[in-house]
Amino acid sequence: MKNCLKICLLALFAVFAANFGYGQNEITITHEITVLGNTKPIPVSLDGFSGEVADVLKFDLYVQGFSFVAPEAAQYQISGSNSGNVTGSVTDKLAKKVILSNAYTGTNLRRQAHAFANDIVFAITGKKGIGLTKIAFKAQQPDGTGEIYVSDFDGHNPQAVTHDNAIVSAPSWVPGRLALYYNSYKLENPDIFYGDLSTGQRRVVARYGGSNFSPAASPDGSRVAMILSKDGRPDVYVCNADGSNLKRLTTGVEDSSPCWSPEGRWICFATKIAGRRLLAKVSAEGGEVQVIHTTGAPNPTEPDWSPDGKWIAFTSQTSEFDICVMPADGSASPTVLVAGEDPSWSPNSRTLVFNHSVSHRQTLSVLDVFTKQVKDVGRIAGSDSEPAWRKDLNF
Amino acid sequence: MKTTLIYSLAFAVAVTMAATGCRHKATPITPMHAGMTPPPPTEPMPPTLPPGPTFTGETPIGGIPMGGQELYQDMVQDRAALAAYTIHFAYDSSVIRKSEQASLQSVAQALAADSNTKLLVEGNCDERGTEEYNRSLGERRALAAREALAKLGVDPMRVFTRSYGKDKPVDPGHDEAAWQKNRHDDFVLLHPKPGS
Repeated sequence: MKNCLKICLLALFAVFAANFGYGQNEITITHEITVLGNTKPIPVSLDGFSGEVADVLKFDLYVQGFSFVAPEAAQYQISGSNSGNVTGSVTDKLAKKVILSNAYTGTNLRRQAHAFANDIVFAITGKKGIGLTKIAFKAQQPDGTGEIYVSDFDGHNPQAVTHDNAIVSAPSWVPGRLALYYNSYKLENPDIFYGDLSTGQRRVVARYGGSNFSPAASPDGSRVAMILSKDGRPDVYVCNADGSNLKRLTTGVEDSSPCWSPEGRWICFATKIAGRRLLAKVSAEGGEVQVIHTTGAPNPTEPDWSPDGKWIAFTSQTSEFDICVMPADGSASPTVLVAGEDPSWSPNSRTLVFNHSVSHRQTLSVLDVFTKQVKDVGRIAGSDSEPAWRKDLNF
Repeated sequence: MKTTLIYSLAFAVAVTMAATGCRHKATPITPMHAGMTPPPPTEPMPPTLPPGPTFTGETPIGGIPMGGQELYQDMVQDRAALAAYTIHFAYDSSVIRKSEQASLQSVAQALAADSNTKLLVEGNCDERGTEEYNRSLGERRALAAREALAKLGVDPMRVFTRSYGKDKPVDPGHDEAAWQKNRHDDFVLLHPKPGS
């Protein structure tokens, strides 16, 4: 039996040795070690694409942990063409084999390129790509008024989904639906609305006395957390999707910006306890508030829990704002990644969209938390901030 | 033993073939579908306003409850009457400074002079601080004035709050002079609608 195992292993080794072509020294093997901010990108070469298609492929792959190198240094060779439609293939240079070959038809070259980028990411990493995902954000004019927008994750195809000509803020996608919660001063007071993007209809969710803001849809879409001041303090409340069954969860001193854990059990928020600004969590059913220590990242606000449950991203404030990520179980201190505010996780828990200041106006940016590769999406419709990444992978 | 070897080799070959892929097949084609195109939003339905609580005279833990928006939404806003009594705050603070007490007393007197009036307190912040944090901070500044007015004898059920966070700066500058001006509460006197 022992011999049998040995022979099996030998046979498999022979096969793998043949496939992976040991001895090709010019190619650096990059293992995917996911260390926050310190992971080496996967080197790929790109040929045969031009214009918008090449731009889309480069953007999508860069913010998902790939780097572009000369063909001789690439671990994977990505080839193809965009004459008429996008066609492309991926060759594993070590294994000397084609691991993806596909063609795309329909809609436009941009969407085809995003779909090809998704297939490349899946072929190489086994993880679903973010090429066809959407974000929502607020776009503010110099007078403070603005509108809620949705766009592709890279900022293309922006569309206003409000026409309020009022202060708006904090869009939050309702998982599984084409719908958003957001805050608008359309009726003068800061109130919370639910907007159905497939019908254009909306309704008031919270319009109590005082301020109503920072809505966050629960992962199953059945509830919404928010900040209300109707009882005399800005505290965390939760209610059903239609606004019913309102429950106050906290009576903290300085509570703000609630978010949900992906299984819907916890609500994480920013607060102040014993004079220190902290992150904390409370059961969505109510109960004791538990501190989440963010040692080394002072004044945390705007937490966002990753869809895979592993991480909490947030903004730390010193003299400037920084995007930080820490394990959600508190097993390690936060890692400070780049300057910026209000991070929101991609559906695959690898990339963040956030905003940062350029000449006192906000611009959206996309960050791969493992390689720390970051790209601005460019200014879209004013001062663009408070991005929310739609967690559903396919639109 | 022999059988196991054959199986293992067969498995190895299968793995190789699966990993290599069959190169003689035609390239698969993925047809694309258009993404979503949201229609323009329709106007919001007439909002239903929940009834507000009533103040019992005690300050409960977590603040003094506030009346609903229906109690003042039809009132006439007078922004000029109390403009002189705008109060300012220290950086990242909602503590009312002693220097602002005289302004609060003037506001309290104005409310005492006409029991038909109500008050809207608008809290504001400078640009330092994240957006939703500042929305909470602005609300805390407005609520701090409301509590201080309650201590001066004003019925808190006549006082309503609203936060603009850092979205409505008085001074668009990016220096301490501008920030000082932007950390403030405005007091808006509310008169009954004529004829009501």
